[in-house]
Amino acid sequence: MAKKAAVKVAEEKTDEAIIGFLKSLLEKEVVEAILIPKTLPSQDGFVQTLIRDPEKLNGVCVFSPTMPVQSARVVSNLSVKNLGKKVAAVLKACEIRAAVELAKFLQVKMDNLYLIGIDCPGTFEVTDYARMVQEGKGGESLTKELLKGMEKGELSLPSGYSFRTACQMCEYPVTQADISIKLFGYKADQEIGIEIGDKLGKEIEEKGILSFSENGSPSRSEVISKVIAERTKKRDALFQEFKGIVKDLQAFLDRFSTCVRCHNCMVACPICYCKECVFRTAVFEHDGDQFLRWADRKGEIRMPTDTLIFHLIRMSHMVTSCIGCGLCDSACPSRLPVATLFRSVGERIQKMFQYVPGRNVEETPPVASFKEDELKIESGAL
Amino acid sequence: MADFEPRIVAFLCHWCTYTGADLAGTTRQQYPPNIRIIHLMCSGAVDSIYVLKALIDGADGVLIGGCHPGDCHYQTGNYKARRRVAILKGILEQMGFTEHRIWLKWISASEGKLFADTVTKMVDDLKKMGPNPMKQLWNA
Ligand code: SF4
Ligand code: SF4
Ligand code: FES
Repeated sequence: MAKKAAVKVAEEKTDEAIIGFLKSLLEKEVVEAILIPKTLPSQDGFVQTLIRDPEKLNGVCVFSPTMPVQSARVVSNLSVKNLGKKVAAVLKACEIRAAVELAKFLQVKMDNLYLIGIDCPGTFEVTDYARMVQEGKGGESLTKELLKGMEKGELSLPSGYSFRTACQMCEYPVTQADISIKLFGYKADQEIGIEIGDKLGKEIEEKGILSFSENGSPSRSEVISKVIAERTKKRDALFQEFKGIVKDLQAFLDRFSTCVRCHNCMVACPICYCKECVFRTAVFEHDGDQFLRWADRKGEIRMPTDTLIFHLIRMSHMVTSCIGCGLCDSACPSRLPVATLFRSVGERIQKMFQYVPGRNVEETPPVASFKEDELKIESGAL
Repeated sequence: MADFEPRIVAFLCHWCTYTGADLAGTTRQQYPPNIRIIHLMCSGAVDSIYVLKALIDGADGVLIGGCHPGDCHYQTGNYKARRRVAILKGILEQMGFTEHRIWLKWISASEGKLFADTVTKMVDDLKKMGPNPMKQLWNA
């Protein structure tokens, strides 16, 4: 059973209350190090940082409102080969869900890893946030506004800015993790909630880091439902709009006509799990004569080739595990709605297998399993 | 469309469907010559990339043939193939491309007639559907 604690916030400094808790995890040797976003010296962005020295936790940004990289990838690098000591990673909800998917593909090892999740109001594009800081709309004042909005689930953003599209349609604002930091439904300048899962509950209690109680925020579940309902509505509207545009493959290619096939979407994707991607092998280094044969057959061909097959095959390999983080969108130089494509197609395919990526590390991804009695898709009744 | 002759690329597993196709030949079953067979050890070796590549580069239909469920020489290859094909069909359907150009069929080594009938029916169906629009996309 998960254990719950309410943590008092002194002098309206929510981040310090959380940092204090994280410090005690280091000081009381629950973990040896913590991975957490830290504010850049320039103040206009954040980077994931692996912290050993508890003092270095000063200046971390627990609420970093951007996602420059998908930290599931960072956690993969960190944990997959010989991580002998315990490390905690402070991640956003979609990063945790991606880490869970990667664990299923044996690219994250949970043995010595504790995931700390934090309620997510949404994130901004990295470049947008930098601009917000220049305009004096970022930093502490932004955090205060966001935390205030999370109490009732009514977020107001600085004018002229919005969250990344993927965040606007994300139905997972809260996390399931070894430690979850709860903000929705809390007056975060006075009190926040912390929930500890089975892996750590006993140790944290014995070491006296938190005292547990059943008291929580009475409005929390209602606020969360409201946020999820709003985002789901947005999601359905975006899916519908997208499907209205992408009626067939020609329409898809028209919408994606500015795709330069740079593969950035694939590189940024936390789920793309192949160590060597077929699109970057000799299989797709065609002979000159081959290009000519294609051009001959069709009269003309677009160069570079293989745009359609790239997107469709990437989808067929990983769309069942797409957790909708939208890092593909953020990485696309042509600002194409890659995540909306993957999520809208993925929804159907995931439903086909009643699979929710990131839900439970014990599940097996659809591409790595089968049932004997399923999918009556044999063709051509004779 | 009277003189449209569809082209089918078939990926057949060695132990069942390929042998079934062979039997169709040796027992002189008649079937249309619209099919180009690619011989694989198991239907489980078919990646969706093969299927899509064939469709983009000129096939009007793709046939994936394997052993009946429970009979795969490698135990489970055909179950894995079935998931892969289901995922690909689902994706294409979502993108407005009919799944009916991709056929998955279990045909055993002794079912020469079933192989011939399958090809005949598939050619018939594809003739009704007309040429595959995917192969005409210059900007694919
Ligand atoms: S990042 Fe954008 S431009 Fe590059 S391959 Fe992906 S969709 Fe195309
Ligand atoms: S396809 Fe895009 S939205 Fe889905 S997991 Fe990959 S980067 Fe995230
Ligand atoms: S050997 Fe025939 S399907 Fe696997």
